[in-house]
Amino acid sequence: MRKKKKNYNLIAGGILTGMMLLLIAAGIFYTPYDPNAMDPASKFAGISWKHLMGCDNFGRDVFSRVLQGSRTTLFVALCTVFIGTVCGVILGAVTGYYGGIVDEILMRINDAVFAFPSLLLALVFISILGPGKNNVIAALGVAFIPSFARIVRGEFLKYRNMDYVKSAKLQGAGDLRIMFVHILPNAMPVLLSAIMIGFNNAVLAEAGMSYLGIGVQPPEASLGRMLSEAQSYLFTAPAYAVFPGVVIIWMVLGFSLLGEGIGEKE
Amino acid sequence: MTEIQNLLLEVKNLNIEFHDHLLPETVVYDFDLSVEEGEIIGIVGESGSGKSMTALAIAGLLSRHDMEKRGQILYDGTDLLTCPRSQLRRLQGKEIGMVFQEPMTSLNPVKRIGWQVEESLRIHTQMTKEERKKTAIRLLESVELTDAEKIYKLYPHELSGGMRQRVMIAAAIACEPKILIADEPTTALDVTIQAQIIKLLKKINEEKRTAILFISHDLSLVSRLCEKVVVMQGGYIVETGSTEDIFMHPKEEYTKKLIAAIPKCEKKQG
Repeated sequence: MRKKKKNYNLIAGGILTGMMLLLIAAGIFYTPYDPNAMDPASKFAGISWKHLMGCDNFGRDVFSRVLQGSRTTLFVALCTVFIGTVCGVILGAVTGYYGGIVDEILMRINDAVFAFPSLLLALVFISILGPGKNNVIAALGVAFIPSFARIVRGEFLKYRNMDYVKSAKLQGAGDLRIMFVHILPNAMPVLLSAIMIGFNNAVLAEAGMSYLGIGVQPPEASLGRMLSEAQSYLFTAPAYAVFPGVVIIWMVLGFSLLGEGIGEKE
Repeated sequence: MTEIQNLLLEVKNLNIEFHDHLLPETVVYDFDLSVEEGEIIGIVGESGSGKSMTALAIAGLLSRHDMEKRGQILYDGTDLLTCPRSQLRRLQGKEIGMVFQEPMTSLNPVKRIGWQVEESLRIHTQMTKEERKKTAIRLLESVELTDAEKIYKLYPHELSGGMRQRVMIAAAIACEPKILIADEPTTALDVTIQAQIIKLLKKINEEKRTAILFISHDLSLVSRLCEKVVVMQGGYIVETGSTEDIFMHPKEEYTKKLIAAIPKCEKKQG
């Protein structure tokens, strides 16, 4: 009855993301070197068995720093998406379900926020709050809310007049129950895809902000931070720039494929 | 049979007016109806005659903005049109149940059948999980679904239209409501299934003394099921009376036309 078609996007995305997560998890317990330990003797060391990805301008092991950096980047992205999703779902659910004047007011505010490019908005936040990991999370999180709110609102608009919502109402379910127990699961596939895309944007935004020097502060490693440090030595030590870049691509590709795969399933 | 009839629901002078366009538009004029315990009342009329609007109003499902409703819908002394929402919710599902026209869209596609049948129990009673499951399976059996244990675990897309409509009925009668509103429950089904659903509704009516408001454009079904008939056209009540009176001695021209429109082979009543 049910036809099984192989969902290659889901499989490939799952494998890529899974490997990434495994590496990061391993990095929590073990890194070949202390990510922040400097060793002038191996400054700009090339790729070798001793230093899998070479060393940077302070002689720090790039592989160890990539492990630590991807953890930071992932953490920032997760928190950002979490803030964006939770607030976005609440906002979208309320506006989509109730409509009317509440919808008008909240969505116009939403539009105003949406009109700013999210990175620019985050920059404004940072200039007020000051740089640092937590502020980056807060800034990006707020900047992500409008897009989630829009998507969720659209889904709720679609479902709120369905017969099964009416019949839930008629069974005596309250508004909150209808919104979050009856309608939200129907919006899940779309929301999950949006979360995956949002996740990618968060990874890239974090990298971008750290690259500009307003994100994660040294000596803590993050993928964007490493890229920005590496650019001055692009010709002396190309490996230093290549590996963090590859890991960013790997992460983004994994999550994109995962998002596509989830979207396809429906 | 001598029974003491109890007045359950009284609709007085119900007017429904839409305000979402430039000009207000009235879809129901001066609707009056009283429903007694255990009665089956049919509301018939062509599309757009306001019968579904009336049903939704009685169920308390009409939205509170964009339209104006005048009159009274009294259930056990409470006016459903003006009572606070929380009070309305306490009645919905527990005292008033409803079955919709389209079985394909009236079940939530991402929830299991059992979960959906249990929903009103979850809201209105303090049953434990096991009790709820037992009740749900008993309900599914009572609407003549075979293999209720299996159906309990299925999703709506795995069932046929007729089965879904039975599930809807099971969900609607879970809390043993006093009134069941059936808004064209058989329109989307084929004729043999229609007959079964009608029989099922009759059985529920006899066993539980549930009053049924049966809304339909199908006069032959109404004549088989209902004791009292309300004929509507263009928002007005054209004629009200016992089924026998309406079908044997229709007074109004419109009712006569409707009866004349019943296909002949349906005349032998079963």
